[in-house]
Amino acid sequence: MSGLPAGHPSRRGTRARGERSRAASAALHAVLVLASLVALFPIAFIALVSLRGESGWAHPMEMAGFTLANYAQVLGRTGFATWFLNSAVVAAGTMLVGVLISASAGYAVSRMRFPGHRSLMWSFLVFQMFPVAVLIVPLYNLLGRLGLLDSHGGLIITYCSVAVPFCAWMLKGYFDSIPADIDEAGRVDGLTPFGTFWRLIVPLARPGLAVTAFYTFLTAWGEVAFATQFLSSEEHYTLAVGMQTFVGPHRAEWGLLTASAVLIMIPAGLLFFFAQKHLVAGLTAGGSKG
Amino acid sequence: MTTALTNSGTAEAIPGTERNRDRKRNPGGLLARARRSYADHWYAWAMVLPVVAVLAVLVGYPLGRGIFLSFTDANEANIGRTIGDFEVPATYRFIGFDNYWNILSGREGSFYPRLSWTVVWTASCVLLHYTIGLGLAMLLNRRVRGRSLYRVLLILPWAVPPFVAAFAWKLMYNTDNGVLNALLAKAGVGAVDWLGDPLVQKVSVVAVNTWLGVPFMMVALLGGLQSIPRELHEAAEMDGASAWQRFRNVTLPGLRPVSGTVVLLGTIWTFNMFPIIYLVIGQAGGTESEILVTYAYRLAFQGVRDYAGSASYGIVILSLLLVFSVFYRRLLGRQEVAR
Repeated sequence: MSGLPAGHPSRRGTRARGERSRAASAALHAVLVLASLVALFPIAFIALVSLRGESGWAHPMEMAGFTLANYAQVLGRTGFATWFLNSAVVAAGTMLVGVLISASAGYAVSRMRFPGHRSLMWSFLVFQMFPVAVLIVPLYNLLGRLGLLDSHGGLIITYCSVAVPFCAWMLKGYFDSIPADIDEAGRVDGLTPFGTFWRLIVPLARPGLAVTAFYTFLTAWGEVAFATQFLSSEEHYTLAVGMQTFVGPHRAEWGLLTASAVLIMIPAGLLFFFAQKHLVAGLTAGGSKG
Repeated sequence: MTTALTNSGTAEAIPGTERNRDRKRNPGGLLARARRSYADHWYAWAMVLPVVAVLAVLVGYPLGRGIFLSFTDANEANIGRTIGDFEVPATYRFIGFDNYWNILSGREGSFYPRLSWTVVWTASCVLLHYTIGLGLAMLLNRRVRGRSLYRVLLILPWAVPPFVAAFAWKLMYNTDNGVLNALLAKAGVGAVDWLGDPLVQKVSVVAVNTWLGVPFMMVALLGGLQSIPRELHEAAEMDGASAWQRFRNVTLPGLRPVSGTVVLLGTIWTFNMFPIIYLVIGQAGGTESEILVTYAYRLAFQGVRDYAGSASYGIVILSLLLVFSVFYRRLLGRQEVAR
């Protein structure tokens, strides 16, 4: 598959622009269909297994015994609903704090040149490199002293250590893509730099803010390492921690696991479906001018 | 001022800076200039203050503490803590560079094997992400019937949180009851011990991460491809450039701004990719396929918690990434100049 980018464009050369031979067209579709199948297969498989009851996972090739028992059990007799809510609260909290704090900094870095500008840009990048291992022990001790271990607030604080530099970095790229003439116009009309930012740029950058918020949400939603260590009581678990209890050395409740996986993927998939156009635009704006 | 000049790469991307510079070059007098620059900077600093404060507390302090711990022999037994009203004082000692020496001299025994696997893991994942992502992006960038359907399907893995994907693949990899082995059996091939054998284990986790990471690259590169002006391709075609030449000399350079960023970010993310390794194989006991990050994590939270060792590992990982990104940026910068 890795030969594709090299090999494929050559098909275009001999024909008029935008036209393809029938064979090339078939090959194109074949590759895309194959790739789509690979992308879809694990998801479809999980959905299938989830519908086949408690021990259906042990016979992956059978197509019988469909039941919703796993879903009933996940929703009724496990902490899934609580965990789902916990994850949502933590992810939404991280998202709000991250975007709110970092938006003004992203703007300042994008528009103004000031002593410390370069090192700040650099640190936004560097802070994304921080491995869990450097921060986790000190943060664990710090939160322990503040009594914030095993709480959602503590987890939000922890996630902000990653989310804030990421948001600032993304938003800086976004603000770069907004013409500076708009700032000038605001300034001419007597707005302060902050006024310009708040009244002119923020409304214009709304798609960028949304995309950045979305990524931040996603990162916090899927975080495993910190949550696994910091949360100790089951009613505070996030999904990533809670689902680990389904499948462990002594337990293999794959039915429950697959059912909750499907329940997690449905809202995420819908969100992606509606957001994907903006995601593309957001990434290029954020990515190309880092 | 100097920053704005040396930073011309960025300045070009921002139309406004050019104008700013002109304005500053014709000042209305020394005092006015000083006042204006003070006002500018005062504003800028006020606007970045929240972020700087948060980062100082949330990253600066833990980093300092991590560095401190890495010079001690702190572990669970001597770190000091409060049990009820009773306070256990900390008794760990300062031991200088011993931790680093242990790790870097290979005496501790797991650094170099972990490091080489981490490098292989990162390189193969990023390479696969990039090539497959670019290939698919180029296909999707053409006029294809059902393009938006393909795009939605191909983006789907991205919507799956990594921990869910890890569990899903773990089930598929199951030796006795997994679907992959069942498919192989249908095809008349014997069962593969996907998560047992060290080498196969590694291939398996790379496959999971590739499945998960390609959509991101594809979407990013698709955006990059769409931003390359069509005229460039047409002009190259007029001049008789072959498809391969057009790919080399139009597409790749046009993608460079996007590629540079996503490859750098992808490398950092993959190097630190925790959930896949930890959830797919990490707990099963096999330490062969652990990367540096999961190994350091295990040091800190399993058995006798070796806080100092884990912190030292963390600092080493961070230094490696820093060195890498400095060189990477240099390299990109030099290519830019060479053109």
